[in-house]
Formats: sequence, structure tokens, C-alpha cells
Amino acid sequence: MSNPNDEIIRLEGICKNFPGVQALKNVDFCLRKGEIHALVGENGAGKSTLIKVMTGVERFDEGKITYDGKEIVIRSPQHAQNIGISTVYQEVNLCSNISVAENLLLGREPRKLGCIDWKAMNKRAKAIMQDLDVDIDVTQPLGSFSTAIQQIAAIARALEISSPKVLILDEPTSSLDAHESNLIFKVMRKLCSAGVGIIFITHFIKQVYEISDRITVLRNGKLVATHETASLPTIQLISEMIGHSLAEYDEMKKSEFVVNHKKALLEAKELGRKGMVEPFDLELHAGEVVGLAGLLGSGRTEVVKVLFGIDEPDNGCLIVDDQLIKKHSPFEMIMHGVALCPEDRKASGIVGDLTIRENIILAIQARLGWFKFLSKQKQYEIANKYIKMLNIATPSSDQLVKNLSGGNQQKVILARWLATDPKMLLLDEPTRGIDVGTKAEIQKLVINLATEGMGCVFISSELEEVMRTSHRVVVMREHEKVTEFAGEVSEREIMQAMAGGE
Amino acid sequence: MQKIKSFLLKNGPLLATVAIFILVYAIGAQLYPTMKKPQVFFNLFINNGSLLIISIGMTMTVIMGGIDLSVGAMIALTSVASAALLQKNADPVFVMVLMLLMGTALGFVMGCIIHYLKVEAFVVTLMGQFFARGMAYVINESSITIKNEFYNYLALTKINLPFFEKAYVYIPTLAGIVLLIFTFILLSSTRFGRTVYAIGNNEQSALLMGLPVARTKLIVYSFSGFCSALAGIVFSISLLSGYGGYGQSMEMDAIASVVIGGTALTGGTGTVLGTLFGVLINGIIVSILQFNGTLTSWWTRIGVGALTLIFIGIQSLFYVKKKD
Repeated sequence: MSNPNDEIIRLEGICKNFPGVQALKNVDFCLRKGEIHALVGENGAGKSTLIKVMTGVERFDEGKITYDGKEIVIRSPQHAQNIGISTVYQEVNLCSNISVAENLLLGREPRKLGCIDWKAMNKRAKAIMQDLDVDIDVTQPLGSFSTAIQQIAAIARALEISSPKVLILDEPTSSLDAHESNLIFKVMRKLCSAGVGIIFITHFIKQVYEISDRITVLRNGKLVATHETASLPTIQLISEMIGHSLAEYDEMKKSEFVVNHKKALLEAKELGRKGMVEPFDLELHAGEVVGLAGLLGSGRTEVVKVLFGIDEPDNGCLIVDDQLIKKHSPFEMIMHGVALCPEDRKASGIVGDLTIRENIILAIQARLGWFKFLSKQKQYEIANKYIKMLNIATPSSDQLVKNLSGGNQQKVILARWLATDPKMLLLDEPTRGIDVGTKAEIQKLVINLATEGMGCVFISSELEEVMRTSHRVVVMREHEKVTEFAGEVSEREIMQAMAGGE
Repeated sequence: MQKIKSFLLKNGPLLATVAIFILVYAIGAQLYPTMKKPQVFFNLFINNGSLLIISIGMTMTVIMGGIDLSVGAMIALTSVASAALLQKNADPVFVMVLMLLMGTALGFVMGCIIHYLKVEAFVVTLMGQFFARGMAYVINESSITIKNEFYNYLALTKINLPFFEKAYVYIPTLAGIVLLIFTFILLSSTRFGRTVYAIGNNEQSALLMGLPVARTKLIVYSFSGFCSALAGIVFSISLLSGYGGYGQSMEMDAIASVVIGGTALTGGTGTVLGTLFGVLINGIIVSILQFNGTLTSWWTRIGVGALTLIFIGIQSLFYVKKKD
């Protein structure tokens, strides 16, 4: 059992409400001295809210925080830093144009006659980095080093400024390869042997097992459990993260799908892009739904991005409708009848200040070219058709989209692409962050579209959802297509493939 | 080898500027042998004294990711205001100090609006430009001649340079050179200077690093205001008059010089040394046209325009290289 004196920080019964959502429900968490504690969970699980509470960015509504044996209130990020809770974020918050030494020490640099004492500064910076087993030329601009080194520099600055007892690392390895991640891990091990408690947030299950001592799993704002890493099988961890959804979809039936031996609508051969996704093969037939399963960060989104030409592939080829795609670009793909519903609808899809009608018309107008203007009447016709078809809850098609709920916004985006009458539809997490009822509606819609002869690629974090809608399931792990299941397959099998090994 | 490469990559834009300056100068000297006289070179400093001074202020502003469009109009305002005061027999030293204070204060106010009210620097300094230009004409609509002994003394006293025979500069010319050295040290090796670079790269990051962002921004705009007032004083000494129409679109010449000197408009990189050469290139083109005598001076505009474009091209080339 843990010695209570070893605990640095303990959170008990933390609740946090945002308007309309309860982000954290009665969450307990504790961090011991010198341990690496992994915090895992899918999107919307409440990880970042918990971190925000711990670093004083957000105030919690209920519960208490005990730090260093005393109950405290963390007032601001500055306050958190002063008492020894430091955070290093995924995107490096340093300046890439000035040297590593300046990044580490600017603000408390050694000075001589009012000017920076470069010699002393570089020497000290070098020593700090060497302490973390990184031997580099600190006089070079930070931007000339790899992201891993930049991350380590960010950690080093956090250590230099406040000598923290709690270090929170928010997805430090998300854009790093295995070798680079190891650099960070080495630094982490070194720090925790010096008694620093580290909270490590990541989507990479393998890394969780590689480095952490304990794991806390969150789901939907609730604490699922805290485990000793050594005694938790991967498969159990994943099922805890994904969970089981409600059983109210049972009436849904997958359309019968028989592979007609015609050519595939879309065929990717050895398609890949360095650093994003390893070369993969993928076929999509008319009337078929292909599900992409995998944990967050496993390369699901990257697959559709490469397919849709947002990121140009540097390997393999893509054949759409018997035509080899020579120039990869979203425009080209739209012209070939492919449509993409992007993952983050706020950032890359919806235009909140336009009306529903205008949002729906956008893609179809772009396809027509800006000179063949659709008449207002025609626009209303199209908009109203899809509002009805998708059951979008709104008083009129002239409503601003930002006033709609998340689920309805998602439907508007779907409508936008359906209006272009695509042959293939790529859906990246179309059900993320929307309520259960709407989720079911969207799933039903996807199935119906397939029945009518469309080919769909469906991505979701919820495994059940993928299994329910898809005829085939492609499993991604660590930016690689691992395997493909067709026909009846059990949840367990897919999870095992997602987890890898065993 | 690696060192040479990284040196080239780091100082590429600056070296390109210096190389172009030498090239243009050499071509000019080939065409017009009188250009080989050292005095022609020093005339570049004499004739472009005020441009150099506002360009130094502009360099610092642009490195920080900002811009200052008020500098040309500030020259006009300073020249008119000092001429008007001197007409009323004010003490010349007092006038100069007052002008510098006015410039600094105006820069400070603009900095406050930019930082605290979060208004685009472009807009705020454009308003500053309108204000200064308008104010200059309000003080006096026509040109005022300066008949002050001290100003005359400053305008006409030659300083003979060592090592060069019969080469000289005027006293105000030195102001730009002193300012250049001061700013070079300030930017390259003080906490303040490095903070300017950090803000230019990413203001949010600089803030999170705990650097004094607000203070630095205010100082930089105040400094640019100070520079433009100083340039105005130098300008009025060399012409011995004040007029609201002086320095017309000079802020654009300053920006062009800064860009030609290798400072990226996106902020975060650049040196005042580069800016010096940017100003000199501007000047040498004018000189060549003067030696030619048949071409209209508007060719300078076209030449500087083309060069600016080329340099922006070179910059983005280096930027792409660095990114890889």
C-alpha cells in the first residue's frame, strides 16, 4: 500500500460543470512522489479538464485538492507554477527563432555590464541540457532541432524556472517517432528518480505500458479506475477506455452487402505518406461501408486525409473509378465524386456565421464553379430537401448555423456533401460529441446511403458504432494498417488487433 | 563544412544584401569613374541620414512583428514644429529635446493603443500618420525657413574623416551611425533585444515564457517614435526649413530598406546591419541616376521596387529551406 506521505497531490470528488455539460463527475486522483502516472481516455473523457483544474486554469465546482499535505485552492496557472506544478503542452510554447540557450534562460540570463553574458549563458544552458542527457549546440536556434529536442527544452525551462514537484506532460510524444519518444522517456525517468511526480497524458497505449507506474482511466468525465500498470492487461485497459454504449441501436440492421465482382469504386495501393501513415491498401465498393477502427492517434484521420488529397501521398497510387489519380488535391477528389466530412467540424467544416442554406450550398456551388450561380429558389429547394431528409431541427433554413446544436451542425455538414451527390463519402468521426439519439440517426443514415449504392468510409472512436455500421473493419495501430476484418467478428478480436501483441 | 553551411543559412539574406550593394556599386563605378571617389560613398550617409534613422526604428518594430507607418509624417511634424519654435526664438537645444520627447510620447501612445486595446499596428500607426501630417499643416501651411545660428552651424560644419583624403561628413550624419551601433548592441545582446526577437516569433509563447511582453512592445513603439523625431531634426537641419509636405511616403522607403536588408515582415528575424545596406542600396541607385543625368529620378522607385520583390523572394526561399 502507498504511504500517504508519499503523495504530492490528491484530488477528491472533483466535479466541474460547463454550461450544458458535466465535464467531471466526482473524480478522484492522486500522484505520488517519483512516479509516472499515465492519464488516459478517449476524446471528451475529461483529461484536459482535470489538468486544467490541477493547474488553476479552471475552478472546480465541488471537491478538494490536497497538495503537500495541505488543502489548497489553486488560483491561477501562475500560482500553480509558483507552488511547483508545471505543465508542458503538446505544442512547444517556446520561440523557435532564438537559440536554445536563450529559450532556457531568457528572463534570468547571466549579465555583464548590462549585456547578456553569452559565454556564461551558453555554458549554463549546455549544463542544463547535459543534465537531461542531451548534448547539443545550444547556440543554434531552437527551430533547427527536432520536435523531441524542443520538447525537452520546454521541460528543461519548466524545471529551470520553478523546480517543480509535479510535472504535467500533455501528449509530449504525439508527433514523435519511437526513437524520439525514447529521448523524452529518458528525461522522464531521470526526473522521477529525482523525486518529481509526473502526469503523462498520451494516446499511445504502448507508451503507457513502457513508461508509467500507474494508470488512471477516465471516460465521459467519470473516473473508471486507477491501476498499477504491471497488473493491468492491455485488453482490459482498452475496453475500459472505450466502454460499452447503450443498447438502443439494436433495431438497426446492416444492409445486406454482397461483393459484386465489379471493380472497386476506390482502390488504394501501397498508399502512404512518410511520418503520417505507413503504406496501406484499401478498397471501397459501391454500397459498402468500411469502418476504420483504432485508438485516437492511430492514423485513422491520416488515412482519409491522404485519400482525400489534403496531404499528398508520397508512396503508392490511388485509383478512383478506374482512373489513376495523378494530382492529389481535395478539388480533384471532389471532381471524382468523393466527399469528406472532416473530424473537427468547428475548425474545418462549419461556417457558423452563415445560414443553414448557405452552408449546405457551399460545396455544390464550389463544384459548379462560381459563375454558374444557383438561383435562390433552387438553393432553398436543396436546403429544405436535406433538412427534411436528415431531420435537422430548425425553424427555417435561414437560421445561422452557430445557433444549432452540435449534432445538427454535423448534419448540416453531411447535407453539404450529400448535396454534391457523391459516389463516395469519407466520414471522420461524424458522431463525435453529439448526443446518443442523433448518433443513432447518423448511423442509420450512413447505412441507408450505402444501400442506395454509395461507398462510405466511417471512422469512429466507439468500436460498437463501427461494428454496427460497417461491412468491413480496417484496424489501425500506430499509423499502420494492421489488419482487416470482414463478416462476423467479435469485439474482442478487434480490440486485440487495436492493442497489438498478445 | 557544416559550419559554413549553417553560417550561410543563418546570414543568407544579409550576405545577399551586401553582395548586391557591392555589385551595384561596382557597376556604377564602371560606368561613371567619378563614383570611385570615397566621398561618393560617404555622400550616401549624408543624403540618407534621416532615412537610415527611421529605418533603424522600423527594423526593431518589424522584428517584433509590428509596423510603424507614422514615421514619414513624424518627420514633417518635427520639422514644422521646430521651425515654428525657432522662428519664435526658442532655444535650439530645448527645441531638439522637446521634439524627441514629443516623438517618444506619440510612439508610446500608439504602442499603448496597439497593446492594450489590441488594435492592429497597421491601423493605429496609419492614424498616427494622419494625425502627424495633419498637425504639421495645422501649425503652418507653408514652408518655414530656419534662421538659427546653431542649426546653421550643425548644417554646415564638415567633419574630415581620417584615412581618406578630402572625405567628410556633417555632424547630423553621425547621429544615424551612433544610433545604428547602439541599436545593434541593444538588439543582439541585451535581454530587451532578445525579447523583441522572441515576441516577433510568437507573442503567445513569449508571454508564457514569462517575458515582459507589454513593456517591450511599448518601448519598441516609443523607440520608433524617438527615431522618427530624431530623423525629423536631422531632416530640418539639412534643409534648414520645416514643411508639412516633407517625408512624403518615406515610411514606405523605410519598410523597403528594412525588407531589402533581410528583415522578414513576419517578424522574428533580421538585423539593423542589413537595414544599413538596404538604405545604402536605395541611395546608390539614386546616385547612379544622378550621375547619368538623363534618366528621371522615378527610375529609383522602379529599381527599389524590383529589388524589394527579389528580396522577399530570397527570404521565402530561405524560409522554405530552413523549414525542411
